[in-house]
Amino acid sequence: MALDITFKQENQVLTVYLKGELDHHTVSSIKDTIDMQLVSAPVKKLVLDMSGVTFMDSSGIGLIVGRYNRIKSFGGSMAIKNPGQNLLKILKMSGIDKLMKIS
Amino acid sequence: MQPINRMKIEFDSKSSNEAFARVVVAAFAAQLDPTLEDLADLKTAVSEAVTNAIIHGYEQKSGTIYMECLLYPDSITVIIEDHGVGIEDIEKARTPAFTTKPELERSGMGFAVMESFMDSLQIESEKGKGTKIIMTKKFSRG
Repeated sequence: MALDITFKQENQVLTVYLKGELDHHTVSSIKDTIDMQLVSAPVKKLVLDMSGVTFMDSSGIGLIVGRYNRIKSFGGSMAIKNPGQNLLKILKMSGIDKLMKIS
Repeated sequence: MQPINRMKIEFDSKSSNEAFARVVVAAFAAQLDPTLEDLADLKTAVSEAVTNAIIHGYEQKSGTIYMECLLYPDSITVIIEDHGVGIEDIEKARTPAFTTKPELERSGMGFAVMESFMDSLQIESEKGKGTKIIMTKKFSRG
C-alpha cells in the first residue's frame, strides 16, 4: 500500500500532508523525503497533517519522534494536525501529545 | 473451548506483507461483526507483531512468518510466529520505549501497543529458535 506525501512551505512553516497507511513499510520510504525537504529551505516549524492517514502503528511514532528530534536540533518546533480517532489513541498512548501540540 | 472458525497462513518476511497480514486478520474477524474501533485495534496489534518478526526476528533478512487465527463467539486469538533470532530478554523487550534498533528510529512501543490494544498478550521466545506471539481481542458487538 502506498503512502502519498505532499508539501507546502510558507513563512518557514513546512506542512507535510500524508495520505494512506503509516507502517514500517511506508515509513521507510518517506522518512528521507521529509528530511530532504527540511534541509532544502529554512524551516522553523514542521506540521504533519494526518487527515488523510487511515492507519498508523508504532512505526509512525518512530517517524514522528525522529522528525521531532531533527527539527528540535535546528531550534524549531513541530505540531500534528487532524489525526483521526484511531490515530489519536496511539499518539496519546505513546505520549506524543506531551511533546507537541495535536489539534 | 473449541474455536468456531480457524485459519492459518504463512508468508515471506517482507515489509510489504505488513498491510497484507493486518487486512487478512481484519477480514477474518469481520464475521463476528466487531466495532470499527475493535477492528482498528486488532489491525494495529497484528501490524506490530508482524513488523517485529520482520525487523527483529529475521533482522530484515528472508524468512517465513506463520500466522494463525482462532475465532471464538466473541473474541479472536491471533498467533504470529517466526523462526528467527529470538528475544534475549522478554521483560526488557516489553518495556515501553526500549528498542534494540534505535538507528532504525524504532519507537520501542511495539509490545506496549499490542498490550494496550489487545486483551491479552503472551510472548514465547527462545534465543536462536524464534518467537511466538499469542494475543487475544474480545469484541464488543458492532
